[in-house]
Amino acid sequence: MMKRYLDDELKQLNINILKMAAMVEEAIHRSVEALRKQDKKEALSVIKNDQKIDDMEVAIEEEVIDLFALFQPLACDLRFITTGMHINTELERIADLTVNISQRVLDLADQPLVKPVNDIDKLANQAKVMVKNSIDSFVNRDQELAKEVIFSDKESNRLRTSIIRELIDDYMMKDSSSIPKAVPLLLVARDLERICDHAASIAEDVIYMIQAKVIKHHRELL
Amino acid sequence: MTIATEKNKVQLKSIGFSDRAYGRSVEENKIKIVVEDFNFFYGKTHALKNINMKIRSNAVVGIIGPSGCGKSTFLRCFNRMNDTINNIRYQGDISVDGNNIFDKDLDVVDLRRNVGMVFQKSNPFPKSIFENVAYGLKINGINDKDFIQERVEKSLKDAALWSEIKDRLNESAFSLSGGQQQRLCIARALAVEPEILLLDEPASALDPIATGKIEELIHELKKKYTIVIVTHNMQQAARVSDYTAFFMLGELVEYDFTNKIFTNPLKKITEDYVTGRFG
Repeated sequence: MMKRYLDDELKQLNINILKMAAMVEEAIHRSVEALRKQDKKEALSVIKNDQKIDDMEVAIEEEVIDLFALFQPLACDLRFITTGMHINTELERIADLTVNISQRVLDLADQPLVKPVNDIDKLANQAKVMVKNSIDSFVNRDQELAKEVIFSDKESNRLRTSIIRELIDDYMMKDSSSIPKAVPLLLVARDLERICDHAASIAEDVIYMIQAKVIKHHRELL
Repeated sequence: MTIATEKNKVQLKSIGFSDRAYGRSVEENKIKIVVEDFNFFYGKTHALKNINMKIRSNAVVGIIGPSGCGKSTFLRCFNRMNDTINNIRYQGDISVDGNNIFDKDLDVVDLRRNVGMVFQKSNPFPKSIFENVAYGLKINGINDKDFIQERVEKSLKDAALWSEIKDRLNESAFSLSGGQQQRLCIARALAVEPEILLLDEPASALDPIATGKIEELIHELKKKYTIVIVTHNMQQAARVSDYTAFFMLGELVEYDFTNKIFTNPLKKITEDYVTGRFG
């Protein structure tokens, strides 16, 4: 098998995506911790750190454009690079959602939480696991793990709906003064569920990379 | 980039989606060339092994493969150009519009008129631009000057050369640039109104601008002709052809829609070749 210069470039792209994924996973963890501990300083730090993730996204995007322009990749190389490009975008959007969560932490700062955040914690864990598994499925070319991520998206929807229902029915409807404290939590639940959606999108891209099958909007093809 | 799945291609087609393999005229369903159990030998060398393939009308088929895989030999079979080589032998059939091209009663000159060929290196005759294009008509016994004039103009227009040289028709063909000479050769092939065009590395000696013009031309010509092109340039095959055939050691390894070959080939060896892992 011929050694190709492109292989070194692909290896580097892989490393950069993993670095980006590590930064994003940390941002998810820290934003959720900030919420749990109502830690304003930590929330501000997540918001500030988002700039680094944005810069990383641009750097990877430029790297991908160079690869297209210089190597005109085909077949499995083409699928790997396009998948890397999509994952890059998804990761950056996840990071933006962690900024949203951190901003909600700031909204809620210095006042008691309207309810315990156990179920939000559960949804946050679900989001962390889905993001980690989606990236692992990319690294290990593991289509079974990618499928698992896609199927687990239902559970995140269920958790989000249940949190929102509880916030509306048990707090906002009963006591309108709780609304300013309940709405930020409701938004956090929505943002966490969106993180899960992005993880599922990454997993769909991984399926494309492995099988060259586009299952986006057609999960029944799985 | 998304590649439509088989299932939703049907839906996409119904809403006007058109990719290179879809949305073309009904004519595309007509098979122009059929190759059946075809084998070709140079003396004892078995150069083409049991080739089977069908080529649709008005399609561009790109033939790719490493040097010596038999792709040019295969191309030259379609108009029996290999007949001029000593000690060759073939088995199996190739038919054009249902007629076996190896039929004893077939006139090879007629076949070559119907199946035009353009080579890697442009080879204009040492004549004027006009005479180069008119040559094929004249040796076919056509003397009507108006007719020849009209056909030369039409062929040069079809070859996207007319606007560049219409005021220099009487100048030597050698005064043209390399890219123009190659398009002149295409015009010369078109003048006798073939139905099939064989292009053997038509742009390999040209600069990127001239190559681009040839590729644009191929895109236009497929409306009227069925085109088979041999190319070493993978990106060129990807750009110009509707279907791609990958040859290796005299065998047809894979033949499929071009987008399939270049995004998700069925066989590992095809993938290794198109991604430059060997060659």
